[in-house]
Order: sequence, then structure tokens, then C-alpha cells
Amino acid sequence: MAAAESYPEELKYHEEHDWARVDGDEAVLGITWFAADLLGELVHFEPPAVGSDVTKDQSYGEVESVKAVSDVIAPLSGEVLAVNEQVVDAPETVNEDPYGNGWLIRIRLGDPGETDDLLDAAAYRQVLANQ
Amino acid sequence: MKLIYEKSQAGRRASALPRYDELPAAPEIPEDLRRNEPPRLPEVPEFELVRHFTELSTRNFGVDTGFYPLGSCTMKYNPRINERLAALPGFARLHPLQDEDGAQGALELMWRLQEILAEVTGLDAVSLQPAAGSQGELTGLLLVRAYFAARGEAEQRRKVVIPDTAHGTNPASVTMAGYELTPVRTDARGNIDVDDLRGKVDEHTAALMLTNPSTLGLFDENIEEIERIFHAAGALMYYDGANLNAVCGISRPGDMGFDIVHINLHKTFSQPHGGGGPGGGPVAVRKTLEPFLPVPAVVRREDGGFGLDFDRPQTIGKVRGFTGPFGVFVRSYAYLRMWGPRLREMSETAVLNANYVLARLKDAYDLPFDRLCMHEFVLSARTMKREHGCTALDVAKRLMDYGFHPPTIYFPLIVPEALMVEPTETEAKETLDAFCDAMLAIAREAADEPELLKEAPHHRPVKRLDEVRAAKQPVVRYAFDDALERVEAPKGA
Repeated sequence: MAAAESYPEELKYHEEHDWARVDGDEAVLGITWFAADLLGELVHFEPPAVGSDVTKDQSYGEVESVKAVSDVIAPLSGEVLAVNEQVVDAPETVNEDPYGNGWLIRIRLGDPGETDDLLDAAAYRQVLANQ
Repeated sequence: MKLIYEKSQAGRRASALPRYDELPAAPEIPEDLRRNEPPRLPEVPEFELVRHFTELSTRNFGVDTGFYPLGSCTMKYNPRINERLAALPGFARLHPLQDEDGAQGALELMWRLQEILAEVTGLDAVSLQPAAGSQGELTGLLLVRAYFAARGEAEQRRKVVIPDTAHGTNPASVTMAGYELTPVRTDARGNIDVDDLRGKVDEHTAALMLTNPSTLGLFDENIEEIERIFHAAGALMYYDGANLNAVCGISRPGDMGFDIVHINLHKTFSQPHGGGGPGGGPVAVRKTLEPFLPVPAVVRREDGGFGLDFDRPQTIGKVRGFTGPFGVFVRSYAYLRMWGPRLREMSETAVLNANYVLARLKDAYDLPFDRLCMHEFVLSARTMKREHGCTALDVAKRLMDYGFHPPTIYFPLIVPEALMVEPTETEAKETLDAFCDAMLAIAREAADEPELLKEAPHHRPVKRLDEVRAAKQPVVRYAFDDALERVEAPKGA
């Protein structure tokens, strides 16, 4: 069952419809409810390798639905510490729980200062309203 | 309807071969390559076979059975005269290794087709070799690379600019040709965002790839400015001919400043496609790029005859076997000769038809870019989704109940809930009206009985497909021994 629309206040957002939950020098990344809803039920997640580097504003993986294949843009730079295997096995988890069990990767931040560039929930909602 | 395997009964045959007492010795086949059991082929008598496949053929949908407004695909009617000419024994039974003197007619047809395509595109030289639009794209980019390599700029120019409305094949071809992608945005009128473009074109830019009119069905109003930006930077311009059906005889890519064009013979020039025969993706170029075209080139010899020229030292080489898909050339040549100097009417009618349908539908669906369209247009079911929960997919499925092939949906990607409609020039007003009536009826149904859309199609041999499950658990092999396996795919298979 797809989740209801929400954009939690405690997360940081990237205008390419990605979120980050920053915790110390680590962050968990995923895609927003809006992105998951637009794509429809996901059928595949192509994750980066653990230990590889992701770069802010660049693609670090792909999500695929029956409508489209889409790059996933990194909101922050860093080294991949973990990939959510639950999403690899059951990609629809992202639709069901985009900010919880549907997280995609966990990284060690390369440049914690980058978080200042991200949007808060209110600013991201404004991005959506302008679309 | 049963599968042919389900009709199979052991021992039934379509024909019986005589048994010979003294068969010639079978060739030696290594033991490990021999079959242990006979292949499991369906066993049916001839009339069952004929009935089965005749029945199957009636379940098909194509331009020969109905209206097929699949946006960006130009599903026009394919005149039967094309088939008659392509089947002439002198064409159909010609061997690809026939010597030039014995193939003058075929070579002349190819040469004349090249001349016509050069005229239509406003360019100087043509290679018919590429087998499809995508291969035309790759060929075009290899020409770009060869051109800059000859100028010593291959290392410097690594980037190809593509707008966000492009067909997915464009970025794929760029990657395959070893270039880097520079995406550029679309502005509020549906043109390339020229301000965004200016900051992205410099001495590292190799080329622009542009479809004009774009996949939004809109002619780029700033094409002259775009041409100045690219040529001032020393870059080339590539025209994706996917939408050439909108402009034939009206405007020419060469006049817009494009240096390389690919043409889809299977869209614009009536080679059957969409599950039918092979495509054809000839490439036309400006004089400066001619030396790099694939070999062999089809040329007119000094003695007035026609021949194949392999002596092109700067060529990118062959991109397809022999000289390309010859039957396609015969059909497209026949089609072009039928239109002759009136080719412009083909495009004018395609544009007129699209604008007529657009005018009838624009109040019932969202229209993201409200302009006169070219040969196709893009609507959106965004408001319908928000207010009634019915999506572009639901509209497409419901259209099938009304007897129409659905339009292209969810493309271009920049339009949410996109419905891309291309009626082509071949349809009568009555057909266009019937389609519009169906689209308007569906818009009313979405408001009154949304379930009708969500559960559609109701009157087709195949009901709504579970696309998600098909993608996750594809069953692509017939289960001989366990018919249940076919129905109940194993979890996680």
C-alpha cells in the first residue's frame, strides 16, 4: 500500500526529489514521496557499491518503475557505508515507506558543509508547488 | 484462446514425408552435441495450424485495422503499391553480391532516393546504410567524432548538448559514441531555454542533438539563435529526424543550420513498422562531412551508370551489411515518387489533423504548452488524476475499449501524466472525430464513473495487465510439464 503524502520536518531535501537524514558525520539518503508517487510502484533499484563515493548533485543509482527509469541524485557527497538490501529485494518498500524502511543508502559525509545548501521541508514543498 | 501447444495431440501431423530405405549417411555429429530427445514441437494437422494463426492475426491491432495515434511514431498508413514494387522479382530476388552491371536498377533506385533525401533535408550527401533511427544517431555521432578528429579537436570536444524533451535514444547514442551528455532545459513556451543553453556551449562542445519539432510537437521558435550559438562555438548540429513528417517541403533542417540529419524511412516515408519489417535510418550531411560517410557509397559513375564506391580514406567504415535494408528503400522511393513535388501536402495535412484534434480536446484535458502544434501534441491528465484519481494509463486503457490504439503515454518526461497524440495525415475527418468523441467521453467517464477507466480495458482479449508483476516476476518460458506454473509464477522467480 502506497504511503500518504508527507515531507517530514526533520529531513533535508534536494530539489531533484531526494532527502537526507543527517546524523553526525553520516547521512541516510532516499527519494521523496513525490518522486515515488510520480514513478509509481518501483520494480528495481540499482544501488552503488558499498565503499564507492557519491557526489552531490550527481547520480548514484537508478530506480525503475514500469513507467520510467530514473537516476537518483545524491543530495550530499560521501562514501557509501551501506545499501538498503530490503529495497534491492523489494523495491516497492520505497512506495510504502519512503522515509523509513524505504531508505536507499547510508553515507559518511565528505563535506558536512554541503548540508547548508539543502532545503527544509517548507522550501521543498514550495519547489513542488511551483512545478 | 488456447496456445498451439495446448491444441497439440501426439501423432498428428501437417504432412507426411515418404520414408526412404537408403538414406544417405548422416554427417558425424559429436556425441555431446546430439539431442537425447526429439524437440517438443506442437503436433497439429495443417488446418488446425492455419485456423490457429489466422485467429491470432485477428487479435492484432495495426494501422491496417484501426486508428493508431501513437505519438512520435508516425503510424501512417503504408500504401499497398509499396509492397507490389518491393516484391518485383528484380528487386526482391536480387543477390546482395550481384555485380554492379547486373544491379544497375537497384543502384539507380538507391542513388535517386539519396538525391531526394538530400533535397528534402537541404543537405548535400546521404548514406542509406543505418538500419534504424537509433543507428542513424550513432552513425551521426561517429561522423561528428571523425570530423573533429580530422581537425585535431577530438580530445578537446567531448560534450553533446541534448534538451530534456529528447527521445531516450539520444542520450543513449551519446554515451555509446563515447561522448558526455550536457542536458539543457525547456522554457515556458516549450522551446529550448536559450539562456540555459548559452552557459553550456563552449569550445568543449562537439554537437547539439535536437528534434525539431520537438517531442512536444512544437517547432523551436529560436532555432536561428540556437544555430548561431553552436556554430559560433565551432560545434556541429545534429537533427533527429523523428518528427520530419511535420516539415517536409516546408522547412529543411539544412536551412535551419543542421549539419547532420537522420531520417526515419519507417516513420516519414511509410516503411511498415511497429512490429513489422525492418526500419531505415539514412543519414544526410553537409559537404564538409561527406568524406566520413560509411562505405560503400552509392554513386553515379562518370559513364552515367551507377556503382559502389569503397575508396573513401576518411570513412567511419561500414555500419551495416552490404548497402542497407534494400526493400525499405524501394518502399520509401515509391512513396516519395507518389507524392513528388506535392510532398508538402503530406506534412501540411499531418499538421492540420493534429491541430484539429488538439482543438477538440484541449478543454477536456490539460494542455501544458498552449500553442499551435505541429504534427503531434502533448496533453496531460494531471487535473484528471488529482480530481478523479484517473491517470494517463487509465485513459489509454479505456481508449482500447473504444477501438483505438492508445497514444504514447508518460513521454516526454517533462510533462506529468503525458498523453502524446499523433494522428498523421492519412486519417479521414470521420476517424479523427470518432477518436475525439472517445477521448471526450472518457473525460466524462473519469468524472462520473472512474472505475470504468481504472479497470479498463473491458472489451479486449487481454484485460488490464499487472505490469509491476510482469516486470518483477517475468515468466518468459512455456511450462511444458506444469501448466500451473504458467499461471502461478513462483514467488521471487
